[in-house]
Amino acid sequence: MSALPDGLAKARALASERRLRARALSSWIGWAASALAFGALALALLDILYVVFRRGFSALNWQLFVTPTSGIAGGLLNAIEGSALLTFGALLLAVPVGVLGGIYVSEFSRDPFARTVRFVADVLVGVPSIVFGLFGYLTMVTTLDWHFSLAAGCITLAMMIAPYMLRTTELAMRGVPAELREAGYALGASQANLVARVLLRECAPRVLTGILLAMAISMGETAPLIYTVNWSNYYWSGHLTHEPVAYLTYVIWSFINEPFASAHALAYAAALLITLFVLAITLLARLSISRLAVRRNP
Amino acid sequence: MRTSDALFRTTVTAVAALIPLVLLALLAFLVHDSWPALRFNGFDFLTHNAWNLGNQYGDPVTVHGELVMPGASFAILFLVVGTLASSLIALLLAVPLGVGAAVFLAEAVPPRIRTYASLLVELLASVPSVVFGLWGYVLLIPLLSRHVYPHLAHWLGFIPFFGPPSGSGYGLLTAGIVLALMCVPLIAANLREAIESTPQALREAGLAVGATRFEVVRKIVLPRLRLPLIGVSTLALGRALGETMAVLMISGNALNILPQNIYSPISTMASFMVSQLDSALQDPTNMAVHSISEIGLALLLLSLVVNAMARLLVPRDLGA
Repeated sequence: MSALPDGLAKARALASERRLRARALSSWIGWAASALAFGALALALLDILYVVFRRGFSALNWQLFVTPTSGIAGGLLNAIEGSALLTFGALLLAVPVGVLGGIYVSEFSRDPFARTVRFVADVLVGVPSIVFGLFGYLTMVTTLDWHFSLAAGCITLAMMIAPYMLRTTELAMRGVPAELREAGYALGASQANLVARVLLRECAPRVLTGILLAMAISMGETAPLIYTVNWSNYYWSGHLTHEPVAYLTYVIWSFINEPFASAHALAYAAALLITLFVLAITLLARLSISRLAVRRNP
Repeated sequence: MRTSDALFRTTVTAVAALIPLVLLALLAFLVHDSWPALRFNGFDFLTHNAWNLGNQYGDPVTVHGELVMPGASFAILFLVVGTLASSLIALLLAVPLGVGAAVFLAEAVPPRIRTYASLLVELLASVPSVVFGLWGYVLLIPLLSRHVYPHLAHWLGFIPFFGPPSGSGYGLLTAGIVLALMCVPLIAANLREAIESTPQALREAGLAVGATRFEVVRKIVLPRLRLPLIGVSTLALGRALGETMAVLMISGNALNILPQNIYSPISTMASFMVSQLDSALQDPTNMAVHSISEIGLALLLLSLVVNAMARLLVPRDLGA
């Protein structure tokens, strides 16, 4: 290097320093851009919550929880009741299918049919909810002549969330160490016994997480219910078919387009309730249960 | 094999078989119920803009062997364009946002608070569609139509489709922005996990040859994740194509017109199915409902193709 003329060496050193500074600058820009992307998304979530909470809380009053809607005024008790019934009914139907199906796909994963079921479940998770709603309308509301009804809504929601639960259950079951299975079989347990007494107990927190997240999905749905449940200003009459029921998400969509402040207040209150429910369930599923699982398996 | 094992196996297999049965039932009923519409609408269905229930007070006439109201025609090119355009805009926004957020969360946020910071992005996925619609309606649309779109149209008007008129706020770009927010958590969460599971040795090798930490991410970590990113983006595309309520509340619900620029009102296949249900039920020949079924069938096939592609691209377990 000493053979190089002095000026050239200096020029090279200068160029490499410039290159270094340019690289540092572009790295800095990269970090800034990624922070900006994160910030924009966090801001969007916080702003959605801010809008819903501020407007929702100012629309809250105790009347909402004790009276049904009448036209575009009144309370929300019929909608709260309807949302609870729809979610409960959907879970009642979907949990056995999702959990047992998940057990099949994880415990018999070498069956070609298990691979088919897993693939179809994955694809069904991505099918738009409105398509399920249309299916419910064509089959239950018209062909079976159930009309817009609680049963049609529950079955439609169950069809949507069962594939999701199948996959979450399968992933939970596959997370159980193979040694537990081997130990169980070595003790002479039957497969049903092993699954029910050892494996399911071991991964119960994760199975429950999947069920809770599916519950949050069905509570927040609107489009398939417009096609299968419609809307009612009254409490549930006790009939599974032939009677529409109310639900909270309908209030948000429909009442916000009315030109009256009373309707808007109901829409904001409904949005607050449904957002609170869904967030609470999601946070419960994501934070406390995963911590519970950690405590159980130190 | 013991009888109890055989019984167990039969039970869980039978229950699991319900899942493929659901898919078969979806296909069978949607094809069955859109059959009259498939015959009446023919190939024009996807290539023209003509959703028209016909004269509801006239006497039904027979066309192509099907009974319809006089003047009725059902063709949905504007819905196909609205659906694809809004989803593509959503993807163009969601991919860089998702990648950026994932890089930030995995590489710049200390592990202690990472769980909570990630929630700020990932909880977006649990906000119900109709609440996104409400937020778009009361906050985003006034904001964008007054303070953003006029400037965008003024300063970026030289780019095709960006020029004025900047519209009312209800339209393609607003729908794309909200759809992007709805499907970005899927991209961010999966990519963050993939970045976190990159072998530490690779990063150290990068740092050892003098790369900055960002260069390690940009040139070593991210290039390995190209395939998962494509897969999860395809999944996100599938979500955006089928979103209903939020789009219904903010897209302007255009009928029979194609968007002229990114601010134009649009409708998507999913949102149109909800907005047109009531009027379709008035059609005494039922052809309007059959045609809505045909939209549903087209949407089902589109989502099956997109989701199957995503799964085949990336056989790993992406954000169930």
